[in-house]
Amino acid sequence: MTEAASTVPASRLGGAEVRKISKIDIGLKRRYAAERRFRTYGVLAVTIAICFLVALFSSIVSRGYTAFQQTRISMIVDFDPNIIAPDGDRSADAVMSGNAFRFDDLIAASLQKTLELDPNDEDALYDALDLLSKGSAPMLRSMIANDPSLIGTKRNVDFYATGDVDSFIKGSIRADIPESQRLIKDKHIALIEKLENEGALRLAFNTGLFTNGASTRPEMAGVGVALVGSLYMMLVVLVLSLPLGVAGSIYLEEFAPKNRWTDLIEVNINNLAAVPSIVYGLLGLAVFINFAHLPRSASLVGGLVLTLTTLPTIIIATRAALKAVPPSIREAGLGVGASKMQTVFHHVLPLAMPGVLTGTIIGLAHALGETAPLLMIGMKAFVVEYPTTPFDPATALPTQIYMWATEPERAFTERTSAAIIVLLAFLLAMNSLAIILRRAFERRW
Amino acid sequence: MGPLWLLALIAGLSFFGFVLGRWKSVVLSGKGRGTLAARPGYYGAYVLIWTAMPALLILVALSIAKPILIEHTVRANLPEQVLANSTQLSLEVSGVEQVAAGLKLVTPEELENIRIGVVSARSVFAQHGLPLGQDVKPYQLTAAGALNLVSDGLDTAVDAAVVAALAFGLIFAFVRVKPRLRARNLVENTVLVLLIAASSVAILTTIGIVLSLLFQALQFFSMVSPVSFYFGTVWDPRFAAAGSTESGQFGFLPLFWGTLYISFFAMVVAVPVGLFSAVYMAEYATSKVRSVAKPLIEILAGIPTIVYGFFALTTVGPLIRDYIAMPLGLGTSGNNVLTAGLVMGIMIIPYVSSLSDDIITAVPRSLRDGSLALGATRSETMRQVILPAALPGVVGAILLAVSRAIGETMIVVLAAGVAARASLNPFEEMTTITVKIVNQLTGDLEFTSPQTLVAFALGITLFVITLGLNVLALTIVRKYREQYE
Repeated sequence: MTEAASTVPASRLGGAEVRKISKIDIGLKRRYAAERRFRTYGVLAVTIAICFLVALFSSIVSRGYTAFQQTRISMIVDFDPNIIAPDGDRSADAVMSGNAFRFDDLIAASLQKTLELDPNDEDALYDALDLLSKGSAPMLRSMIANDPSLIGTKRNVDFYATGDVDSFIKGSIRADIPESQRLIKDKHIALIEKLENEGALRLAFNTGLFTNGASTRPEMAGVGVALVGSLYMMLVVLVLSLPLGVAGSIYLEEFAPKNRWTDLIEVNINNLAAVPSIVYGLLGLAVFINFAHLPRSASLVGGLVLTLTTLPTIIIATRAALKAVPPSIREAGLGVGASKMQTVFHHVLPLAMPGVLTGTIIGLAHALGETAPLLMIGMKAFVVEYPTTPFDPATALPTQIYMWATEPERAFTERTSAAIIVLLAFLLAMNSLAIILRRAFERRW
Repeated sequence: MGPLWLLALIAGLSFFGFVLGRWKSVVLSGKGRGTLAARPGYYGAYVLIWTAMPALLILVALSIAKPILIEHTVRANLPEQVLANSTQLSLEVSGVEQVAAGLKLVTPEELENIRIGVVSARSVFAQHGLPLGQDVKPYQLTAAGALNLVSDGLDTAVDAAVVAALAFGLIFAFVRVKPRLRARNLVENTVLVLLIAASSVAILTTIGIVLSLLFQALQFFSMVSPVSFYFGTVWDPRFAAAGSTESGQFGFLPLFWGTLYISFFAMVVAVPVGLFSAVYMAEYATSKVRSVAKPLIEILAGIPTIVYGFFALTTVGPLIRDYIAMPLGLGTSGNNVLTAGLVMGIMIIPYVSSLSDDIITAVPRSLRDGSLALGATRSETMRQVILPAALPGVVGAILLAVSRAIGETMIVVLAAGVAARASLNPFEEMTTITVKIVNQLTGDLEFTSPQTLVAFALGITLFVITLGLNVLALTIVRKYREQYE
């Protein structure tokens, strides 16, 4: 050991100090090792946190990116007037009423033609019909109702394939597992290959994902209605929480005397910021729905509840922004004869506005992702129609995600991930906007 | 008139009042009746406030009073035997409300026919597009008639009162506009009152939370004793059938255990990772690393919890089941305590790290420099000087994180499962307070059955627990900050 080696000559020289220094040398090694270990733990912790983030994002994106494309089957449909309008009435009302199966007949006819099936082979026809979404006939019907001039023509129409076919094309239902465990049977695969060879089957951008509402068929389901519901809620939150939050913070920061009441308000705001959001949902259920009899599942109620959850965030941000405005501004205002109120509203508030807006946008982004309180007030409804006012039943993006997350089909998992990507894109956009605003308008005093 | 029309009327007249008041002040001063005591806009605002405020107050007060009055009317018109059955009461009230809505649709002849019993009210309503679940009973008809009478009367009264208030306010303020009126002071005082009112919303919210939860929870505790709730070990609420008197067992303890157990795992993940990254950020990281890593970690806090829930459900849960639980033979479910705890821990990392980071950097420079000057390494300084000094603050940060874990909902709803069970095996399904709140409140709601009301009892318990933790944490953090400021 170095200790033995160095102490012998040192004692011969008669220096006790040398021995001491050498002992410290040995300690240092251990201490430096500890230092390095400690530092490694830190690096490790940061790495782990970032790895979690990467895992989260890559898991969502790898599951969801395929949902932005969708399998379509395009076929030439003969809009035969004898089938569509047997009594000669081609109005939209006549199309929407009457025997619904006549549109299935249209589809069957064009399938038989496209796949060159034997017209008498019913089994083959049914197998082929399995490939198409069950929503195809209603789709065709409303298409004709919207444009009756189609009747009598032959047109190429894009139909949705079912969710299972879609999953098969994208490779998430694999052909190499035994047929009995597969949702797509061999006979279907044969038909799919035939369609592919004829160029009738292709992947196209999934516009329905952004325009459709809730549906039990994954291929017809979209987040459009939920997006509108979320938009209404964000409007309600913005309209209510921005003035309330700004007014409240101005009082607390600029006018409030230091007393018990002010203290109470401050403690309250800090606590409200940490109250679980589900409790706000219970409050909304008890007060807005049970007591005030506002409509259940309406985006107005959702907006009210989210306003309450967002308010503490906005107040805290606004107060910080007001605090950052230097007192010299206020003194100058008062000095030239403005009243306190004028000073605040004409000078301090405009200077604090970038900070206020940043805080508001971040608060809104938080509200956009909030799910639990919305479940409490029944925004977990199956809504197909676009809400036209904030009083109509609506869903929100996060509750739509929640509903899809519990569906077992592969196509729904894919759509859930896609909806999450949409949600995260909105959040990213809002947060970037907040950062840009801050960079552009923030002043350093 | 509907409330929206009234609001539009108020807005229109207020704007008119503003223009009028401003115009009068300008004209008067122009005629040499003295210089204005405030800028003309303040005279306009003065008239505006007087026009809008009384009318708005009346509108709000009456809108709040209306449901109370209506419920009162309905109860007064229900026969004794219905009132005696308290569990059915709110069902009856909503039934009467439906009948009242139906009565508004029918023509007078049909109403006469219903009254003398020629046709059933239910079939008439159905013709008008209002299907009812049950036949209409005679006492419901009388109660509904009274309800419509009161509700129509109230609507007329609201309209009249609002219009009267608008007219009075506008004329009163307009007459009072004179150059020597100190309009600015009056307006500013009103604005100040409004500011105070806005800041009191926070207090109102808290009061609202406590009162609404307490009210419903007390109703629950009148059906199930608090002792059997808080000390019960079996959670089996049964099916909430309408009017069933049978109530299951509402044992709180298994839910509480699940909540604590999941939070424990969350803290096992979040505290070391969060604390060490805070230490690294505060002490070791170069500003370049810091400017990249810190926002990255904080992104974790900005991701909605539903996203974490989905991540747990589809990725982490199956991984833990297939590679840990099944080989060890400890569980077969993708929903388990470990999954929920792990993912919740990831979510909480930034709460621990950014709060701890603030607290560590708040320790005075002199303490750090002194220790380094004595020859301590940086890790020794951190462990023996800074962390002990920052300990109260760090504990506060951890308590805040625990409170967040206890109140977290979406992750556990998707990943923890619904079986209320108290066991030590982390690979089993367990459930939490928040999951049960969600479960009990989805589907048909019956605000009289213990199955629904238990959610509010759980809610107030959750509120009290998190409030206690928050108050404790905030006091500790505040004390600590004061110590070094």
